[in-house]
Amino acid sequence: MHPVLRTVLQRFALGVLTLFIVSIIIFASVQMLPGDFAEAVLGQAATTETVAAFRRELGLDQPPVIRYLDWIGALAQGDLGTSFSGRAASGVDRSREVADLVGPRLLNTLFLAGMTALIAVPLALFLGITAALKRDSLYDKAVSTTTLTTISFPEFFVAYILILLLGALWPVFPSLADVSPGMPLWDRVYTTALPALTLTLVIVAHMMRMTRAAIINLLASPYIEMARLKGEPPRRVILRHALPNAWAPIAAVIAFNLAYLVVGVVVVEVVFVYPGIGQLMVDAVSARDIPVVQACALIFAATYILLNLVADIIGIVTNPRLLHPK
Amino acid sequence: MTDQTEGYSAAAEVGRFRTRRTWRQRAWIELKKAPPTALFGLLVIAGYIFVALFAPWLAPYGEAEVFAQSYAPWSAEHPFGTDQIGRDILTRLIYGARNTIGIAFVTTLLAFVIGVSLGLVAAINRAWLDQVISRGVDVLMAIPSLIFALMLLSIFGSSALSLILIIAVLDSTRVFRLTRSVAVGVVVMDYVEAAQLRGEGLGWVMRREILPNILPPLVAEFGLRFCFVFLTIAALSFLGVGIQPPTADWGTMVRETANLIQFARFDLKAGLTPLLPAAAIALLTVAVNFVVDWFLQKTSGLRDEH
Repeated sequence: MHPVLRTVLQRFALGVLTLFIVSIIIFASVQMLPGDFAEAVLGQAATTETVAAFRRELGLDQPPVIRYLDWIGALAQGDLGTSFSGRAASGVDRSREVADLVGPRLLNTLFLAGMTALIAVPLALFLGITAALKRDSLYDKAVSTTTLTTISFPEFFVAYILILLLGALWPVFPSLADVSPGMPLWDRVYTTALPALTLTLVIVAHMMRMTRAAIINLLASPYIEMARLKGEPPRRVILRHALPNAWAPIAAVIAFNLAYLVVGVVVVEVVFVYPGIGQLMVDAVSARDIPVVQACALIFAATYILLNLVADIIGIVTNPRLLHPK
Repeated sequence: MTDQTEGYSAAAEVGRFRTRRTWRQRAWIELKKAPPTALFGLLVIAGYIFVALFAPWLAPYGEAEVFAQSYAPWSAEHPFGTDQIGRDILTRLIYGARNTIGIAFVTTLLAFVIGVSLGLVAAINRAWLDQVISRGVDVLMAIPSLIFALMLLSIFGSSALSLILIIAVLDSTRVFRLTRSVAVGVVVMDYVEAAQLRGEGLGWVMRREILPNILPPLVAEFGLRFCFVFLTIAALSFLGVGIQPPTADWGTMVRETANLIQFARFDLKAGLTPLLPAAAIALLTVAVNFVVDWFLQKTSGLRDEH
C-alpha cells in the first residue's frame, strides 16, 4: 500500500477509536447522575406506574453495557432518543424527538460557522502573512498588539461592544439574530451579521498570530537564507521556496481555529439569541435534559475530532518527512 | 589612606564594585527594565488583588443588599446604578473581584497540583503508567473543554465546588502535557540519576531535583492557564450554569444587566452598565497576558511570541 494512504488510514482509524471512547465517556457520565433520575424528571407527584414505565423506556432495568449498545446502535441509525422536557407526572407525554430538535438548529449553526469562516480565514491569512513578512515594522507591532488584546477579551465582551456600537447607538444591524426557516438568503446574512462579526474578531486574532508564528518560523530556516544568499528576488523566495512548505502549517492553523470556532459559537449564540445548537445545549443543561445534552455534546465532540483529524492528515500529506516517524 | 597603600589585591579592587543585592533590589532592577506593557499589567494585577482582598471595606453597601429602585440610573448614591432587583452595581463589581478571581485562582492551583504531579510521575516512570495517563489525557482533550464542562455541570449540578473540580480536572490535562514534555528532558540528566542511586524517594526526586529545573515554563503556563480558567468560568457564569446567585460574579452580572444595552440611545450610561463587568474581566486577562509575555521573553530567551 502507498505509504501516504497507509498513514492516512492509520490516523483515520485512530480518530474513529477516539470518537468511540468519547461516546463511552458521554454515555457513562449519565450513569453518574445522583439518584434515580426517572423520579427526578417526572417530579414528586408521579405515580409508581408512570415512573416504572419511564424507567423501562430509558432501559434503566438493563445492565449498562446493553444500554450503551442500544444507545450507540440507535445513534448509528440517526435516532438520538427522546427529550426529557414535556413529560409530566401525570404520564402525559408531549416530549419531542431529539433529532427533530437538533436537526434545524445544527443547520443554523453550520450557516453561522460557515459565514464566519468565509470572512475570517482570508482576512487572518492576509494579516498574518503580511505581518510576518514585514516583521518588527510598525504595522507588525500594531497588528500583534491589537490581536494580543482581543485574544484576552471574553467573547461576550466583544459581542456586547458590537451590539452597543452597531445595534444600539447606530442601528446598522439587528442586535437579535432571529432567523426563521423560510428566510431568503440575503435576509439571513443580514440578520446574522453581528454574531458572525463577533466570531470573526475572536477567531482572526488567534489565526493571525498562529499564521504569523508559522511563517516566521519558516523564514528562519536555512534553505530560505540560502535562496536569499544566492540572489533570488524576494517575490520568488516567497512563492517558490517558502509557500510550498507553508501550506501544512497554514492548513493546520485553519483547521485548529475552525475547531475553536465550534466552542466559541456557544456563547455567541446565547448573546444574540441565535437558534443554533449551542443555545440548545445551554438550555438543555439548565433544564438537565440529558438526552439533548448528550446529543449536542456528541455532535460538538465529533466535529472537533474531525477537524483536528483533517489538520493532522493535511499536515502529513503535505510534509513527506512526517511519513517516516523515527 | 594608610590602609590602602599597604597591600594591593585585584580581587578586592573588583570586589568593591560588586555589590551584593537582596532579591528585592534585583526585582527592582528587573522592573525598571521591564517594557511599559508589563508594568501596566503588573499595576493592574496589583489593583485587582487589592480590591479582592479589601472588598468589604471598599464596597459602599452589602453584597446582597437590595434597594427599592431596580435599574436605577447612575447617581451619587449608586455610582453605576442598580441591577434588576435593586442591588448596587459598584458593590457587586467589588465583591465580584473577590469571588470571580478567587474561584478562578483556586481552580488553576488545583489544576496545577493535579497536572504537575501526574506529569512528573509520567516523566519519571516511562513504562505503563506514562502510557495509561497519556492516553487518558488524549481522550479528555479530544472533547472541547467548554462542551465537556457544560455536560458535566448538567449532571453534577451547578455549585461552586463542582465548578472548581470539573474545570480543574479538565484543565489539568493541558498542564500535564506541558509538565511531561518539559520534564522528560530533565529526567535523563545525571544528577537525577545520582539522586535515584542515592536512594531518594519519588517525591524527593520530583520536588527537589526536577521541579526547580522546569519552573520557568510552568510559571508562564500558570498565568496563561489562569486566564483561560478565568474566561471559562466567566463564560459558564454568563451562560447561567457557573457561579450561582446571590454570589456576586462578573459573568452573571453581564447576563443580568444585558437588557440595559438596548437603552444606550436614550441613556448612554445605562447602556454601558453591562459592559463594566465584561470590561473588568477583559482588563485582567489582558494584564496577565502582558506580564506572561514579558516573563516568557525574559526566562526562555524566546525570540518570538506565538
